[in-house]
Amino acid sequence: MTARAIMQAPDMQRALTRIAHEILESNRGAQSLVLLGIPTRGVTLAHRLAAILESIVPGTSVPVGSLDVTMYRDDLYQQPTRSTAPTEVPVSIDDVTVVLVDDVLFSGRTVRAALDALTDLGRPKIVRLAVLADRGHRELPIRADFVGKNLPSAHGERINVRLVEHDGEDGVEIEEVVSA
Amino acid sequence: MKHLLSTRDVSRDQAIQLLDIAEDMSTVNEREVKKLPALRGKTVVNLFFEDSTRTRISFEAAEKRLSADVINFAAKGSSVSKGESLKDTTQTLAAMGIDAVVIRHGASGAPQVLAQSGWIDAPVINAGDGTHEHPTQALLDAFTMRKRLHGAASRGKGLDGVKVTIVGDILHSRVARSNVWLLQTLGAQVQLVAPPTLLPHAVDTWPVSVSYDLDEALAQSKPDVVMMLRIQQERMHDAFFPNEREYSNMWGLTQERFFSLPAKTMVMHPGPMNRGLEISSVAADSPQSTVLEQVANGVSVRMAALYMVLTGEREVTHD
Repeated sequence: MTARAIMQAPDMQRALTRIAHEILESNRGAQSLVLLGIPTRGVTLAHRLAAILESIVPGTSVPVGSLDVTMYRDDLYQQPTRSTAPTEVPVSIDDVTVVLVDDVLFSGRTVRAALDALTDLGRPKIVRLAVLADRGHRELPIRADFVGKNLPSAHGERINVRLVEHDGEDGVEIEEVVSA
Repeated sequence: MKHLLSTRDVSRDQAIQLLDIAEDMSTVNEREVKKLPALRGKTVVNLFFEDSTRTRISFEAAEKRLSADVINFAAKGSSVSKGESLKDTTQTLAAMGIDAVVIRHGASGAPQVLAQSGWIDAPVINAGDGTHEHPTQALLDAFTMRKRLHGAASRGKGLDGVKVTIVGDILHSRVARSNVWLLQTLGAQVQLVAPPTLLPHAVDTWPVSVSYDLDEALAQSKPDVVMMLRIQQERMHDAFFPNEREYSNMWGLTQERFFSLPAKTMVMHPGPMNRGLEISSVAADSPQSTVLEQVANGVSVRMAALYMVLTGEREVTHD
């Protein structure tokens, strides 16, 4: 297995800052905005994005939550039993702009599940999707509104997003997985 | 996890995973839309050969909140009254395409028989069998203890070092048996207190300490949890203690005994309670009592148990 570094800490910071600016532009400010991260790394990225948004628009507070999609997945019977993660929605999501945040966008099935999960929690005015890396290979008609880096990849490759909070360092690498 | 028959078969990792999933299920139970699609398209049958209100309703709520289709089967009024056997009942259900069976039976070991018989190829959850086990009750008790002790920081934790005193009719109690194995797996120290006549003869092989004197036991061990068991008059075909007043005086959580406990001691009871016999109303209705929390947590824990046995890649092998 060989891993190739694609993004390092400064690239990641720049990408998140750019996404934050794009969110502000599309939302015309930071009002009525809620960031919901998809566990586990999406939640960490959502917190980082919120901190950047708050630094760009001083005096604002952007609520951040986490949205676990395990129970909404369509592959519950094809994988070993998955553990769940907490869903925490700090404010009502009715009539606000919800930005879903995840680390990697791949088949689109996680996002499909997230949209179903959101429906059970309320009725947002707008739902947007922000991802750090888009690796392609969509299986559903879903696309991201804010992308840190487009990362064309082969099916046999794996994208590893490393975050200081979980892995001790920031970076994105692409890894070729050789099947036995 | 293929079946949930006994807490003896549950590993520490499995138990903690199940309790963690129950944490997330409990947040669903607080939402306006109390529904998850995880078991959509699955049919679960609640096969109750013994009367039960809270366990059956709790399982039914859990199944419905996970979007499963639910069939309730009560032996009373069914062909079981005409002499139909467990085998025939189960095979009838299997022919209808059942995905899981939740079974309560008066005979100890009935769920095991069902799981190992080959009559039905579906996961079996034991909802109480005779005087043997009641695993989801023990899991909800453990969940309740963990939640009271650690609150929002419960995830991933066991019950290491927690002192639990289980009091009363151990002999007839499946709740006590399931709790003993699970609490030991999770690292708790368990003490049993009962009249000698209400202790099973093999209790010396269990991972517990045993006492016959409740006052002495409470004073010495200073437990974090006191779990009172129901006196199961329906299973008592013998004189196990002289009379109710004496039982209450010696082994009941009377008002005086309750007031002698530290304020942080949890008082648990699996219900239904015989007020004035094993537990006084003062203890049952106090803030230290977790009785209603146990009922609420039962739904979350049963959702987690159903999720654990019904999802996973086992189905892929049939493709």
